[in-house]
Amino acid sequence: MAIKRGRGIAALNYPTGMNLGGDPSQALIYMQPTGGFVVKLACTDLGQGLKTVVPQMVAETLGVPLESVNIETGDTDSAPHDMGQFASRSTHRVGNAVIMAAKEAKKQLLEVAADEMEASPEDLVISDGEIFVRGVPSKKKSVFDVALAATFKHGKTVSGRGIFLKQNHGVDPETGACDPDSTEAHCTTVADVEVDTETGDVKVLKLWSAYEVGRAINPKMVQGQIVGGSVMGIGIATKEASFPNYPQFDPHPGSFSEYMMMGAADVPEMESTILEMGSVDGPFGVKGVGEMTANSPLPAIVNAIYDAVGVWITDLPVTPEKVLRALEEKELSDK
Amino acid sequence: MELVTISFKLNGRPVAVVASPLENLRDVLREKLQVLTVKAGCGQGGCGSCTVLMNGEPVVSCLTPIVNAQGQEITTLEGIGTFNNLHPLQQAFYDNFAAQCGYCSSGMITVAKALLDHNPHPSREQIIDALAGNVCRCTGYVPIIQAIEQVTDSK
Amino acid sequence: MKQLGIVGESVKRRDGIAHVTGQTRYVDDVSYPGMLWLKMVRAPVHRGILKKVDVSKAEAYPGVHAVVTAKDVPNNWYTILCLIGVGPNDEPVLADTEIMWRGEPICAVVAESEEIALEAAQLVELDIEELPPVMTVDEALAEGAPAIKKWGNNTFMYEGKPYRRVFIGDVEEGFAKADHIIEGTYQLNPYDHVPVETQTCVVKPEPDGRLTVHSNTQALYFTKDNLGIILQMPDYKIRLVGGTVGGGFGGKVDVVIEPVTAIAAMKTGRPVKWRWTRTEEFRNSSTVGMYRMHYKDGVMNDGRIIARQVISYHDAGAYHRHSPYGVQKHAFNLAGPYNIPNVDIKAYCVYTNRQPSSALRGFGVTPASFAIEVQMDKIARTLGMDPWQIRFLNAYRNGQMKAVRKVVEDATLIETMQAAAKMVGAELPEWCWKARSDDWKG
Repeated sequence: MAIKRGRGIAALNYPTGMNLGGDPSQALIYMQPTGGFVVKLACTDLGQGLKTVVPQMVAETLGVPLESVNIETGDTDSAPHDMGQFASRSTHRVGNAVIMAAKEAKKQLLEVAADEMEASPEDLVISDGEIFVRGVPSKKKSVFDVALAATFKHGKTVSGRGIFLKQNHGVDPETGACDPDSTEAHCTTVADVEVDTETGDVKVLKLWSAYEVGRAINPKMVQGQIVGGSVMGIGIATKEASFPNYPQFDPHPGSFSEYMMMGAADVPEMESTILEMGSVDGPFGVKGVGEMTANSPLPAIVNAIYDAVGVWITDLPVTPEKVLRALEEKELSDK
Repeated sequence: MELVTISFKLNGRPVAVVASPLENLRDVLREKLQVLTVKAGCGQGGCGSCTVLMNGEPVVSCLTPIVNAQGQEITTLEGIGTFNNLHPLQQAFYDNFAAQCGYCSSGMITVAKALLDHNPHPSREQIIDALAGNVCRCTGYVPIIQAIEQVTDSK
Repeated sequence: MKQLGIVGESVKRRDGIAHVTGQTRYVDDVSYPGMLWLKMVRAPVHRGILKKVDVSKAEAYPGVHAVVTAKDVPNNWYTILCLIGVGPNDEPVLADTEIMWRGEPICAVVAESEEIALEAAQLVELDIEELPPVMTVDEALAEGAPAIKKWGNNTFMYEGKPYRRVFIGDVEEGFAKADHIIEGTYQLNPYDHVPVETQTCVVKPEPDGRLTVHSNTQALYFTKDNLGIILQMPDYKIRLVGGTVGGGFGGKVDVVIEPVTAIAAMKTGRPVKWRWTRTEEFRNSSTVGMYRMHYKDGVMNDGRIIARQVISYHDAGAYHRHSPYGVQKHAFNLAGPYNIPNVDIKAYCVYTNRQPSSALRGFGVTPASFAIEVQMDKIARTLGMDPWQIRFLNAYRNGQMKAVRKVVEDATLIETMQAAAKMVGAELPEWCWKARSDDWKG
């Protein structure tokens, strides 16, 4: 009877977007008379942080200060269609839509600025709320002033519309041939575990993960997904069961005291790194990452258990009982 | 059941409510006193999102009969800090991205406040122990622990 | 990668201060004068014939404003993916003639308070003739199994076939050529979303005949569209308000809470709130149902996988919900991020008398990745190969062909393996460090 250590790896892919596509997102943007921008979306923030990364992408596209971009979301009477927040689709699709809308608004703003500054719109650059002639930083006007001029002098709207749709081209009924996603993110996770051969307990000691996400709009928030997802994944692998005696229906947990999941005391040491290698059509190269972070701990832990004690636990969640039965079987078959 | 009047101090202010004695403190705070920082996550005392302080001790308000609040001092998140007067814990949670969906944040910060009031320099193990009754599904707990540690380090 | 100014910065959350001061407003914080509370009466058995629902005592209970039954639902079909061709209609919004899972919603009591609604709900009398339930995939597919679906078998039909098939090349040819045949069976049992905020909605009937629906759905327009279909109302008469959700994880895309609440609001003329209890969230909301995957791989001595056959069964529970879509997504990911010339996948979406399955973080890909990566180690161990090296060898490269006959692009698996190997100080041969996702010349 002993505590055995083991290490396991898992290398995964994850698709971005609703399967096969056909999941559009739309955005509207308009400028207010003193140069603030409002983005209208019918999106939901589940905690993943859309309300934070959308202003980042819009401010970057427009060249205005981050705090001058406000996002209004969550009312179908005030915003156009969005498919919903799932399938790791939003930063990609909503991002593309808001960039398209911001670009249209920017074009109109630059047309007014060109008029005001007696320059050509192609020669103008917007940076940090100032519009200046490329190469001649002294020849500039503030977005504030151009906005006022657009509204009250020129009578021009500065607004934009955006939509992103990956068309659904269906599935070949015979071969299953299709185009299921816009891009794929990847990750590799290494798990170190300790298995107690007397009790069957498995303790996850440490997880290392490398995630390639195309572009991290907000790195700390991507890390938030990696950490939060990893903990959820460890829980799925080692604790969570809607039917602890599956396939028996009962007992059927109905409370937190009956449904086992990760608490603060269960979190192991974790280390992660983010790689950014762009994508074919993600906004700024983005790939979706929200779901995949809960996946890699499952096989990494099972593989680590095999490395530790030579048994495959292929029916999840891993429980001490399953480990002990497997060890027993192994002992008998080894004889 | 007959209605009774329960008086107590809420974030330092005297209040009184008329309620059925077994009505739970969580629902009284939310429905009768518009204290919406207290969340209704489970009603079973299992998630900690309804945590308030009673005389400085964390309790799950969903399982606290209102009659138990008679004459006591109840502290909710509003009494710990507001947006123009943040408690260091709230600042640390904000700085460390310790809130994603935000639903567990009120309970987490409240229980952390009680910990630090009792023990200004808790070890990591003591912090983790204090969070035993609070569920977070989004963050994986790590930035929450980091936020609390940051406050204890700087104290 | 081009350095940008604002994109790439870890700016603090817009809603961060609101979250830490408890000022963020969730649906449970929505309240209207005269708001009523809804409680659902649910089936106590796994399968049966619903003979009678007697709500008279509940209706008469003081403080009860209405009891909503199947008769009150204008279009009593809950087929949320009907807009993308999933069918036929099989799940009612409220059970009408049959019970298909324990917890199935039957009728809703709408009252002055949560307490009164709960008390009155106990007075609803149900007459159900129990039938033997089908509780596992094996039972559902067995010879002579009772057909719990009206089209005669217990699987979703993908263009006339009881599975979604994906194949390329010829696996039998591959198996014949292979040096080793390595098999494995992997099972992921049901688990749950468990957001800290339960599903909640408040529906307010407006004086102009429209409905304002406050919901913590993850998909406002999706919910709106489906509501319009169920209520037989043009959906421009429906306004969805939300956008701030206390955790979703795929569990708040089911449109399972708004329809009955909306009907209750229209029937009573009052705002109505339905907040799921934690017990309902655990026992009655969709789980992710069981997946069982059988892998059979043909592998060469040098570790190359040249043939992969997968048969996968998913227990979708009693009704479609998102499962036909999920099993399809699952099928498209069962081969894995590896270059395998001969692949044959059959993924079955099977119905049983269990709590319906639905979308959960990683939908369909979580079980696939689990199976693929454990199978990968199994192959490595069988051949006495290093688990890193076998992955570097088989990892797909840009330009290669996937089983779904799409050319690989944006591949970065190799680079993540190198980064992870560096983090843990793994000793790898030079060719692993030199490998690139772009190094396949065709």
